[in-house]
Amino acid sequence: MSTSSVSKGCFVFKPSAKKKKTSLGLEDYFSQGCEGDESSEARFRLCHDLWDKIKADTEVLQDELNRKILDSLLDFTRKCSSTRQHSDWASQMRASEIPTAALVLGVNVPDHDMTFQSLSDLLQQSVTPHVVSVQAKECGALKHLMKRVLEKLMNTVVAVDDDEEEEAEQTSTPHHKSTHCSLSTLCDWYNSKTKKAHTPGKKRSSPAKDEQQQPPVVIIFKDLEAFNPRVLQDFILICSRYIERVPLMFIFGIATSPSTIQHMLPHSVSSLLCIELFQSLSCTQHLATVIDKMILTHHFPFKLNGKVMQVLISIFLYHDFSVRNFIKGVQLALLEHFHSQPLSVLCCKKKQALLNVTQLSQSDLEKIRQLPSFRSYVETQESEEQVNLLKNDTHLKEVCTKLLKDLHKYHKNYYPVLRCLHTLTSSLPRYPLGKQIRELHLICLEKNVWENEDYQSAMKLLKMLAKDELITSLQRCIEILQPVKSKRMRNACVQLEDLLTKLKQLDTAPIETVPSVEESITSPLKNLQKKTNLFQLQKTLLEMNESRRAKKLSPFEILRNEAIEFIDSLVKSHLSPPECQTLNEVCYYGSSGSVRRHLNATPRTSIQAALSSPYYFLQNDSLKSEDGTVSNAAPDICIAYKLHLECGRLINLYDWLEAYSIVVSAAEGVDPESDSYGKVDEVKHARFIRAVSELEFLGFIKSTKQKTDHVARLTWGGC
Amino acid sequence: MSVLEVKFVGDGDVVEHIVDKQEAVQSSTGSVQRMVAFKSPAGRRGARVDAEQEGCDDEHVLDEQNYIQALGTYHTEEDEEGLSRVAGASIFTFQKNKRAHSMAQTASELARTPGKSVTFSAAPIAEPSTPTRTGRNQRGESRTPQKNKKVRFVSTTPHRLRKRLTTPSLRSDSDSELSPSDSGEEEEDEDGMEEEQKLKKEEKENIKNPRTPCKGLSAALYKTPAKKSKNTPESLDQPTLIEEYFEAHSSSKVLTSDRTLERLHTPKLDRETLVRLLEGKLPCYSQEIQQLHNRHRKHFSKWMLQLQLGFSVLVYGLGSKKALLEDFRASHLSEEIHIVVNGFFPSITLKSILNALTCEALEYQGSFRTPSDQIQYVSQTLKESPDLHVYLLIHNIDGAMLRGEKTQSALGQLASLPNLHLVATIDHIQGPLVWDQFKQSQFNWLWWECVTFQHYTEETSYENSLLVQQTGALALSSLTHVLRSLTSNARGIFKLLVKFQLENKDNPSYAGLSFQDFYQRCREAFLVNSDLTLRTQLTEFRDHKLIRTRKGADGVEYLIVPVDSNTLMDFLENEEGD
Repeated sequence: MSTSSVSKGCFVFKPSAKKKKTSLGLEDYFSQGCEGDESSEARFRLCHDLWDKIKADTEVLQDELNRKILDSLLDFTRKCSSTRQHSDWASQMRASEIPTAALVLGVNVPDHDMTFQSLSDLLQQSVTPHVVSVQAKECGALKHLMKRVLEKLMNTVVAVDDDEEEEAEQTSTPHHKSTHCSLSTLCDWYNSKTKKAHTPGKKRSSPAKDEQQQPPVVIIFKDLEAFNPRVLQDFILICSRYIERVPLMFIFGIATSPSTIQHMLPHSVSSLLCIELFQSLSCTQHLATVIDKMILTHHFPFKLNGKVMQVLISIFLYHDFSVRNFIKGVQLALLEHFHSQPLSVLCCKKKQALLNVTQLSQSDLEKIRQLPSFRSYVETQESEEQVNLLKNDTHLKEVCTKLLKDLHKYHKNYYPVLRCLHTLTSSLPRYPLGKQIRELHLICLEKNVWENEDYQSAMKLLKMLAKDELITSLQRCIEILQPVKSKRMRNACVQLEDLLTKLKQLDTAPIETVPSVEESITSPLKNLQKKTNLFQLQKTLLEMNESRRAKKLSPFEILRNEAIEFIDSLVKSHLSPPECQTLNEVCYYGSSGSVRRHLNATPRTSIQAALSSPYYFLQNDSLKSEDGTVSNAAPDICIAYKLHLECGRLINLYDWLEAYSIVVSAAEGVDPESDSYGKVDEVKHARFIRAVSELEFLGFIKSTKQKTDHVARLTWGGC
Repeated sequence: MSVLEVKFVGDGDVVEHIVDKQEAVQSSTGSVQRMVAFKSPAGRRGARVDAEQEGCDDEHVLDEQNYIQALGTYHTEEDEEGLSRVAGASIFTFQKNKRAHSMAQTASELARTPGKSVTFSAAPIAEPSTPTRTGRNQRGESRTPQKNKKVRFVSTTPHRLRKRLTTPSLRSDSDSELSPSDSGEEEEDEDGMEEEQKLKKEEKENIKNPRTPCKGLSAALYKTPAKKSKNTPESLDQPTLIEEYFEAHSSSKVLTSDRTLERLHTPKLDRETLVRLLEGKLPCYSQEIQQLHNRHRKHFSKWMLQLQLGFSVLVYGLGSKKALLEDFRASHLSEEIHIVVNGFFPSITLKSILNALTCEALEYQGSFRTPSDQIQYVSQTLKESPDLHVYLLIHNIDGAMLRGEKTQSALGQLASLPNLHLVATIDHIQGPLVWDQFKQSQFNWLWWECVTFQHYTEETSYENSLLVQQTGALALSSLTHVLRSLTSNARGIFKLLVKFQLENKDNPSYAGLSFQDFYQRCREAFLVNSDLTLRTQLTEFRDHKLIRTRKGADGVEYLIVPVDSNTLMDFLENEEGD
């Protein structure tokens, strides 16, 4: 059956016999066409497990982050439902208003769904069974909104109670004959619902129980900005009439700012609402936590290298602010890594990895020998050892075990030291190494951080830290290092503690002042007051510098320098970039280009690149040309495109055709002096028509009525 | 920190310090500079402020650099396929003012580019194929270089083009070579004419100038756009990009030549001949195109993997991707339920897609009131049977009929179902604009670049707007067919209208034939006896879209036949022939 027809646009294909269907699983698709077949199964399992773990962890993280705001929201709903029971004047005034929670979520719209999902789940669990969430796109008119609300509310009940089904169906079928009527049906339904819950309540009716029997009806407007203001106003007005009979409650999901409510609703309507504002966690904080928990830890063996991180963070910061998309990027990188790197079979927990080393095949070992990091490792070895490494498989396996252990150790030390450095530098003026730890991490991934100028300036600033600041940050460093189970980190921790106690003891020690230093500084300055020439000035300044340097340091300064030197040495020994580590290719995914192309593609660039330089795609010698030009033998559409770039807003089809035919005749090798040169014949005409209509299809031009036989250009610029 | 001391320092010394500072700033980055500022007691404040600003600037610059580096990684990183790309900057440029004949020039340049060696008798080509851009940049500079360029241009113009360029003087009685586009505005037209006249004068002077070697050239040839000659005096400074932009957009007119396709000696092409002609020709580079196709094929199993993991695959790149997806369908989906949607199909609707999904794929017999109900049903069904996988292949998800917000959000909802897998292609250069962030995350796209260089044969077969050359035949045949079923009186009435319209075809202010006039004429020709008969007849014409009525300024109804005059002429000839 073909899929082209002039009368139909949809074609359905079903497999003829279902029983013989040998559906391939994920695993088969993974191993098809991936590198290194033999280990593909193991790699697939690793990849799958890791992804499951990442997914589960992020969900937990999300819940944790949202807990605070959700808890306050839950409190709010509980409070609202309880105020109805009180009979004092203030709460009666309150009772005529619809309690409304304005939930400001930020512009990262793709992430909102998860928040709302967990919110409505929580509400259903702990406050009320009557929760309904509506989206703007399903509610173009008031009746649609009403219908949605009723259907969703009652359907959830229908699914539970069978005897109410007819009733619910009755209400849901004729519901849009009158909107007014339908909200009163909701009231009836609600009353019957609560009464039913009341009568079989044969146990006891404590006041707390009473509260539960008047559960509010919560309506969540997921995207308030997208709602039609009129629909919303009408709905609120209607609802306010029924507030005494049904305890309604609204939650507005707001992406921009709380003032949207004022923009959308006039005072007469918004005065019917009792609005309380809730601010959700900002998305950058969310990302920071995700990175902190998932990237900056040695628990996940899979790592991203600097460029890939940079791409993912840039997409986050400059495109969507969506943590969900960030995780999608990580997922893609994970998949690509395990799919394309046969040695990723070693990218797992230490024990498993060491086990996998012993099972490496001959070809895998060969691949290890080809790894750039391994090669440079080999070069540093003795010549005998080199031969051994390259020839002896069992020896190689042993070395690999050792190297893998080293790699794990490196990761174990890297992250705590990174955090220490961050705690020290994040409080410095103007953040030479970045405000966020991810920035510091990126710097460290790129190259040796201590060669960075910013790092040096940060160190200089650290050497000017006041005592109390120094003590608190060192304290925090110790807290970071303490739980790490690594020998070197424990040593470092002990040394730091030592320094810290010394610093604290300084208070008790007598303070010596060194007045002589003052002298030495001021004396050359005095000379300055005299008339000096430039040379002398320079000299005195240099002298001053020297003398300052030579100045005797106070005990605090000595200790401070010691501490900073110690941190510096920690950094130098543990924060070298992963590229220096042997076998880093096993864990690090580095193809930032492919991640970027899959996530943040630029289709127009690709099309225009293909049009202006077809040689990159069609490797035919006749297409070769100098930069910026197109060979006249290029495909028709390329030539037509190139010619149209020379035009302004309108293009004369006749001129275009003629220019085109000249180029094509040249390509066909017609003698330029002959009569037929550049003449428009039928075939050229047809080819031209095809090229032009293809350009129109791509959106470069469109037909216009401004002038006969002209087309309008839709893009700017030339060449 | 060390002890501070305030001192008076002579002006000269301070200046010296500042100079020093700036040098230091240039040699190192801002943050290091800050350190230096702390150390020197003299001139501290100034330097600090300096450094602060410097630092801020630096941060900005760094940020931008990071971004550019991160996004443009493919420049530094080698591509797996060894393809290098064009940078965005070369694509999204401002529109520039075009010289009138630049297309001809480019054509001649292209004609002599390597590939096939084309020899020219005259003029050794000194520069390697002049890039037009440099030519354009030169234009503000002075007169002489421009003339030089002209000389060069003429000498390299292929014979045929030269012939065309010189002939206008012979046939210029019919039309001026250049005219503004919107002839509707009379005043501006006159304005344009004036300008043109001025220009002509100018050009003539140029030609008379004995230094100019290209005397024989027609004036119209090298006419520069009117605005340019008026606005750019002999200033030596080159206009900036922004100035060029406003210059290009300042005038509402675009100067293009008045030549129309009617000048072609080749007969008009209809659809059949077009197809026949194109089929007769061997496709070029078929081998390379096949290689490209095979290269993309290798990723099919990866596509399947990604589809199963909840991603949707979106294929983009130049060339029709229909064959590629068909191949994918045949090789990987033959044992799965799948639906193919031709997004380029002119009457595809969301309803037909959803119906195909529910009625045929899921075998549901009932009907739905709204699309959202239908989607609800689909998601419910798929949720209940997680082993049921449905694959949806959409050719051109950005197709004209699918661009609507509602359609896209419905498709997005479908795509977000875990066991409905979506593969789509996109071709329009602005195509990605149909999705906002939310929809994109619903679709969960993974983009795949597949440049195929195959012709969009099927995709473009439905649209005929640009193939104006052939619509005449279709209109003519429909005219004759409808008329054949009418009474002879009715045919007479219609022919009368056509004749009147043809008589007035050169009258630009012709609005149509007023009803009263028409009635009078019909009566005189004994075609109708009352205006009621005529009205009934006209209603019938209108129903068949043979005529169109338009209310004039005076409230009178005017009738016109919405077919171009050539077709009408053919039609009359045919009728007379019968």
